[in-house]
Amino acid sequence: MKFTTLMASAALALGLAGGAYAQDKTKVGFVFVGPVGDGGWTYEHNQGRLAVEKEFGDAVETVFVESVAEGPDSERVMTQMALDGADLIFTTSFGYMDPTINIAAKFPDVKFEHATGYKRADNVSTYSARFYEGRAIQGHIAGKMTKSNIIGYIGSFPIPEVIRGINSAYIHAKKVNPDVEFKIVWAYTWFDPAKEADAAKVLIEQGADVVLQHTDSTAPQAAAQEAGDVITFGQASDMAQYAPKPRVSSIIDDWAPYYIARTKAVMDGTWESTDTWDGIGAGMVGIGEITDAVPADVKEEALALKASIADGSYHPFTGPLKKQDGSDFLADGETADDGTLAGMNFYVEGIKGDIPN
Amino acid sequence: MMRLEKRPQASRAFSYATPVLAVIATMVFGGALFAVLGKDPLASIMTIFWEPLFGDFAFYYRPQLLVKGAPLVLIAIGLSLGFKAGIWNIGAEGQYIMGALCGAGAGLAFYPAESVFIFPIMVLAGALGGWVWAMIPAVLKVKFGTNEILVSLMLVYVAEQFLASASLGLLKNPEGFGFPGSRNLQQYASAHNGELFAGSGMHWGVVAALIAVIFAYVLLARHRLGFAIRVTGEAPRAARFSGVNPTRLVLFCMGMSGLLAGLAGMFEVAGPAGQITIDFNVGYGFTAIIVAFLGRLHPVGILLAGGLMALTYIGGDIAQSQLGLPAAAIQVFQGMLLFFLLAFDLFTHYRLRLGRTEVA
Repeated sequence: MKFTTLMASAALALGLAGGAYAQDKTKVGFVFVGPVGDGGWTYEHNQGRLAVEKEFGDAVETVFVESVAEGPDSERVMTQMALDGADLIFTTSFGYMDPTINIAAKFPDVKFEHATGYKRADNVSTYSARFYEGRAIQGHIAGKMTKSNIIGYIGSFPIPEVIRGINSAYIHAKKVNPDVEFKIVWAYTWFDPAKEADAAKVLIEQGADVVLQHTDSTAPQAAAQEAGDVITFGQASDMAQYAPKPRVSSIIDDWAPYYIARTKAVMDGTWESTDTWDGIGAGMVGIGEITDAVPADVKEEALALKASIADGSYHPFTGPLKKQDGSDFLADGETADDGTLAGMNFYVEGIKGDIPN
Repeated sequence: MMRLEKRPQASRAFSYATPVLAVIATMVFGGALFAVLGKDPLASIMTIFWEPLFGDFAFYYRPQLLVKGAPLVLIAIGLSLGFKAGIWNIGAEGQYIMGALCGAGAGLAFYPAESVFIFPIMVLAGALGGWVWAMIPAVLKVKFGTNEILVSLMLVYVAEQFLASASLGLLKNPEGFGFPGSRNLQQYASAHNGELFAGSGMHWGVVAALIAVIFAYVLLARHRLGFAIRVTGEAPRAARFSGVNPTRLVLFCMGMSGLLAGLAGMFEVAGPAGQITIDFNVGYGFTAIIVAFLGRLHPVGILLAGGLMALTYIGGDIAQSQLGLPAAAIQVFQGMLLFFLLAFDLFTHYRLRLGRTEVA
């Protein structure tokens, strides 16, 4: 506790000394788990950072540290940003959860925003995006487009976030194509081009002519391009360099509106600890352009589905749905609540194979 | 014409000068790299080397040096014993993971019971985990003559799979809403490897690293086994004649390095990291190889090298956020350190001759 006092007083001393400077500029820090050039997850968070700079110009200063390992390194980087006078710090990976809570307790005057976690405090908010909404649209297109009726899926880790995506895609593929079958490969990585390419090749060899990915590199896109008649979807980032084929659409994480709003709240002094989970409607999940490789009628249906999710008239997890083991999940017309979605650890009926653990 | 001429005897002076020269060359060329990236080279170098030690917030960064350096030193000490004898354990990263898994597993098995015996049991489990993982390549080597470099390296990837599996299954926090990762040992008093003095950065891992340094120093300078290690590395045939048993030496060196790497993993997971997670390992086992060589495989040298390496990590992160240096540039900077070290090391055994080659 003595240490905390020491830290707080040091931060205070600095705040007083550099008061004049600190007052005109709001300092916003970003802790990134990957390199800003990863073309996926971290790239999009960095786009959000740049949007904050563009929006507020000289009124803000942003700093970032990339490729920060989860654990003690991230604690050190957060502490360093707080000591250097950051007013708001975005920690953009699930693994930063406990470190964020630890450091936030030491710097009660600094606001923290943790992506994809579930632990909050007075000065810690959480935020995430409803990527499963985008998965529904992917599933629809995939179900319509597949000729082999085999859809490959590259999973990263068997966690609720990923399982939710698989279920959402499967439900909507099955809806338009009852014969569809999902083959799932777990890569056990978020970003490893070599492993992702291998996974894509295995799936294509097994007959998949659509490959969905929950990993961040463009390697599966390249593998699909090489194989020929296979379609893919961009993940986290648009991956438009592989359009119009194999990449026929994408899920884009758009953090810019949220980052701008939260920075604004700190500037105005209206920041409060919140839990945000936004989707297509709020613009946090974007659907990349559906290319001409998709027939016009399928594209139209996909866009209609997108519109119905965006305006809230349709929920991707709407009953009747059963779990894989045949037990009831949702009754007719019932929609899944956020708690169930957040902790989803089961497949829906029809998906073959077990979730590894 | 320039040519290299083998020295009749390794140069003592160069052996000591090499690390210093390597650091200076790294600063010069690293500075040039930063300048090309449009950053002030002097400010960048100052930020990396000066800021953590003597900057405004040195009170925070100095303890962090211990936190970052301790696992590096602990692992590097173990590796150096083998490296001295020509036994190449490249898989310390895997042994580090297994040590953490066994240590954390042992602790969590008792959750939520509180007892003073839990932490010592975890220490033993961690050491055992690392030791067993290193004994696999060691036994394969002495029984079947397999290459310990390949086997130990490949076992890193096996250990990573175990880590992922444990994070998602066996050790998953039952109160974690289905998310991967174990319970946080920082919130489990009996298992927490906390700071011994608040704000000092000193935890049991730092203590263990210091003990390892002393132990290795005494072993190499005073003990018969240390003599066997040195003579095997310098003159393997002579070692055989002087009665050194190569099988026992391989088992000892591999086992010891695995044990220390396992301990490092255990102290890390119980202390600074707190949790078993999928991405728990951050490369200490590989960086320790650089630290071992940077420290000339000498215990005291390794202590200094571990501190230096920790400094570049901490300073590097500060430079990233304060000056906007990309992480890749910092990594190149750290890579330069080993590169220049190896380059200058050449002059320990060779000397540069200018002029015409004389015809014999």
